[in-house]
Amino acid sequence: MAFKVIKPGLLALLQDLGRHGHQSLGLTTGGPMDEMAFRWSNALLDNDTNSAQIEITFGMFSLEAQADTSIAITGADLGATLNDKSISPWRSYAIKKGDVLAFHQPIWGLRAYLAVKGGFLCEPTLGSVATVMREKIGGLTGKGDKLQKGDVLKYQPFSNHQDRAVPRLAIPNYGQTEIPVILGYQYESFSTLERANFFSSDYRVSGNSDRMGYRLEGKVITSDLKGIISEGIAYGAIQVPKDGQPIVLLRDRQTIGGYPKIGCVTRYGGGTLSQQKPGDVIQFTPITVDQAERERHLQMSRLAQWR
Amino acid sequence: MISETTSNYIAQVTQHLKSLDGIVDLVPSYTTLLVVFNDDCCDRFTICRTIRQTIEAIDPNDFALEDKREVVIPVYYGPEVGPDIQDVAEHCQLSMEDVIKRHSETTYRAYAIGFTPGFAFLGNTPEELHVPRKTTPRLKVPIGSVALAENQTAVYPSVTPGGWQIIGRTPVQLVDWGSENLALIAMGDSVRFEPISRDEFLVLGGQLDGF
Repeated sequence: MAFKVIKPGLLALLQDLGRHGHQSLGLTTGGPMDEMAFRWSNALLDNDTNSAQIEITFGMFSLEAQADTSIAITGADLGATLNDKSISPWRSYAIKKGDVLAFHQPIWGLRAYLAVKGGFLCEPTLGSVATVMREKIGGLTGKGDKLQKGDVLKYQPFSNHQDRAVPRLAIPNYGQTEIPVILGYQYESFSTLERANFFSSDYRVSGNSDRMGYRLEGKVITSDLKGIISEGIAYGAIQVPKDGQPIVLLRDRQTIGGYPKIGCVTRYGGGTLSQQKPGDVIQFTPITVDQAERERHLQMSRLAQWR
Repeated sequence: MISETTSNYIAQVTQHLKSLDGIVDLVPSYTTLLVVFNDDCCDRFTICRTIRQTIEAIDPNDFALEDKREVVIPVYYGPEVGPDIQDVAEHCQLSMEDVIKRHSETTYRAYAIGFTPGFAFLGNTPEELHVPRKTTPRLKVPIGSVALAENQTAVYPSVTPGGWQIIGRTPVQLVDWGSENLALIAMGDSVRFEPISRDEFLVLGGQLDGF
């Protein structure tokens, strides 16, 4: 029993929480760009934390159900409709055989998550179904393909639907443009003036932003370091290449790199950033590791308690 | 500083940290090791303490790594699959035969893996073989291409753009996500290249096209 893809849209990818433990071979993790939205979608259906979902970027994506089930939608509001009737994100919905689910275009945010009861059934590659197109790994085919017209996304039929919604307090505000940054270990290589510029300027999301990294355009900042010996890149690292325009490295980032880093965005901040479209404007704001940890624990315990 | 000693030490530390609870991923490189841990199950103070204790218990002079391996990679050298070999020879003021001889006589170390999955940065090449990167990178470097840049050499594990000088090609697959080893070369491995003839290359499944 399955959903059949009618319109593949711009970019729809099967994702779970990522492919971990292989970065020493140069293999990136993949995984949901907006991790909390992904976690809530599985929680709404009482799925396993890591159950496979579809990450829909921008929209123009539609599916037809071949059996009864429950779905949950979280993340961006992409103007979703169920049989041409508008539905809102951050809730679960009953699906009947023959229902058509469509995501049109962004109203609020950029990436939506679609979960199905029990998760989409897909053979994992190296322990994960996360699709990384650049590395040709994961997804329905195992070869990193995005979803295509006619693809069949299998699930276990389910008819005991329960309407559930994420508490308002836990729904992130994608209009939040201040992205929290933990200062990095090469922070010292940026002068006081450069740091002040970084934290007080507006940065525009470039059209060249993708799942690998968000490129930002704005005030040029320079490091005293010309380059560094290539080293591992953590999720959220903010690289500053020679042109002085910061790049925030996200889920499909390369594993090592040789540009100095001013800091690191948190997973929550990275999720908010991932919901911004090219042309949107953001600012960076410094936080401590303690603050980041508290924020993370708050998010995770809210989810755990609700479950 | 980049050195064989540092690289050995990092490989050794990586080995020891692999089995620790809460560690999700390790990214060793030339002089650094990035540790990724699961903060949902352990806090940063505990993990730091465990890592410190583990590292302190390692004898840096003990280079007998459990799984230190030597990987031998057969290479068909020459202009047919290595379009830059003549330029390299000219730049280094060597004959093509000497380029091949020097490249295959040296044992290299895998200092880092990255750029693309399974791409191993191998060093150091003998000084006579140091060449700059190409001014314009190729948009498509065929799988298995063996290339040089500055004091390093590498094999391209997949078709990617690339700016290194290509001198030959191996018929051996460097990454295979279906196999148990996944990637042929791991950080810290010793790597040697062995010249093979065109016929041997073809028998081993080598492909001549791709540019």
